[in-house]
Amino acid sequence: MTETVGYSGDVLRIEHVAKRYGAVTALTDINLHLGKGEVLGLIGDNGAGKSTLLKIICGFQQPTSGQIYLDDKPIQFKSVDHARSLGIDAVYQDLALVNQLPVYMNMFLNREKRIGPLLNSRVMRREAKQRLDEMGVRIPSESALVSQLSGGQRQAIAVARSVFSNPKILLLDEPLAAMGVKEGAIILDLVRKLKEQAQVSIIIIAHNYGQVLDVCDRVNLIQDGKISLDKRSEETSAQELTELVVAEYRKALEERQRAAASM
Amino acid sequence: MSETTQHSAGVIGRPPGPRARSGGGPSSVGMLQQMIRQREAAVFVIAVASFVAFWLLNSAFVSSTTLSVTFNEQFPPIIIIALGEVLLLICGEIDLSVGFLVGFCPFMAYFLNAYYHFPALLAILAGVLIGAVVGWINGFLTVTVGVPSFITTLGTGFMVWGLTLWTSHAEPVPAPASMASYGGWIGGGNKYSWLIWAIVLSAIFYVLLSRTRWGLHTVAVGGNLLGSREAGIGVARIKYGNFMLTGALGALVGFQTMYFTATIDPNSASYTPMFNAVTAAVIGGTAMLGGSGTIIGAFFGAIVLADLTVGFSIEGVSANLLYVINGAAILIAMVVNVQLTRLRERKGR
Repeated sequence: MTETVGYSGDVLRIEHVAKRYGAVTALTDINLHLGKGEVLGLIGDNGAGKSTLLKIICGFQQPTSGQIYLDDKPIQFKSVDHARSLGIDAVYQDLALVNQLPVYMNMFLNREKRIGPLLNSRVMRREAKQRLDEMGVRIPSESALVSQLSGGQRQAIAVARSVFSNPKILLLDEPLAAMGVKEGAIILDLVRKLKEQAQVSIIIIAHNYGQVLDVCDRVNLIQDGKISLDKRSEETSAQELTELVVAEYRKALEERQRAAASM
Repeated sequence: MSETTQHSAGVIGRPPGPRARSGGGPSSVGMLQQMIRQREAAVFVIAVASFVAFWLLNSAFVSSTTLSVTFNEQFPPIIIIALGEVLLLICGEIDLSVGFLVGFCPFMAYFLNAYYHFPALLAILAGVLIGAVVGWINGFLTVTVGVPSFITTLGTGFMVWGLTLWTSHAEPVPAPASMASYGGWIGGGNKYSWLIWAIVLSAIFYVLLSRTRWGLHTVAVGGNLLGSREAGIGVARIKYGNFMLTGALGALVGFQTMYFTATIDPNSASYTPMFNAVTAAVIGGTAMLGGSGTIIGAFFGAIVLADLTVGFSIEGVSANLLYVINGAAILIAMVVNVQLTRLRERKGR
């Protein structure tokens, strides 16, 4: 069911990647590709293997078998740092922001601007503001503490920060989790801006199919450790995606009932 | 905050909410809110209030002799060790052993000087270095081995205490004459030198904490350990460094105490200097769980403790009862602090 294996000119291509933990198979056979400046939505039920796949792409885990290509060159990510040095950055749900520090210091964490040994807060504040304005992220003040921001604003700051390092590929792990519609819109707007301005390729893991289709160019549905659907967003609908996931659930339920009946 | 503003303007996020507007006004209510928002406000008010209260109770409190006891004798050791504890608490650790270094390090320097013929200044430097080495050991056991610092430093503290008593046969010795000439410089040897050290070090640590990468990363490590790692901050380096700084400061206070009393007393190795320092840090608004704290807060916290000790003493309160009063004062200060923090957070939302 997966199409376009071996497609050339992609930023990222994954061929026949599997991941097993002892007897447990998390990913059976993943084939996936990501074009330059493309936004790909990765959806699927809990336990389908989304997070495992994300961890493999960002170098946190190594696949049991299969091959990953970065710019058509075979590559093996040794670590998160290695993947990051090759331009792959991930924004996790925990956000990695320091609540007790102001926004601009979070934006420059471990990349601080200095004059001699002293922090150059003025420059950092100005550049953070400029960057946030460019990306259309609006917060009360770049000097506000992160703890004073809403969930959506924090997520926006985390995404904006990862863009600082000019990643080629940005992985967003459930950026809309535990967020209201309005808050989610903040992030989706930001993703659109990134796509237009920075030409970043983005993979979004999400649960809300409607929102995903709204912002993604293409959607991959992951089921039982395989990509079971690969469609352009305009060719599918939230209804179809929901039905596919529900159908799988029904099938599993029926099997269980049949097994129970035959006992 | 309507959706239309967000989308039509092409901007993301909320415009400043009512919170941002309510704080800054020039009205007295606004000023009060500003003060509440300042983390050091509570302890500053307590410091001023306790000072005024003792003054009203007994005018002898502001006599030059008493002020000298408060600021040249009581205050410096508390704040100097507190500077280290503030950094440690912010990055999520604590050092319970530092008080014992106050007795241990001067004894080590004394032995090096008297039995191994180290020149006096070199012996003192070696003593400070030994303080830093104990800090390094605390860092190793905490960061590398993974024992919580509360336990680590409890253990090393007892060891250092025992070593002090064992090697000194629990008997004080007069400060070596060969070291005497440095007392003015190292602090404690003349009237104001200890206070000057306290103020200068406070200024240096203020800059270190709020204006340098080291301070920023200390806050980051205590605020979000995992996130700091993900950002590539050398978490271990920060923690090791702050343990070593605290150890060196404990040693420094040891030498200053030696000069002040003209003796090296094994009894100066105790929990008290650490308790006072941690108390000053905590009533100054430093979070026990890491992530936040200020040098200015600890500075006023140390003044509060010095005020209480001296103030109640001249009131004729016995030293034993003083512990009760100090404990109560700490609790009251903490309750006020917790309430203010809650108030701040409610405003902050």
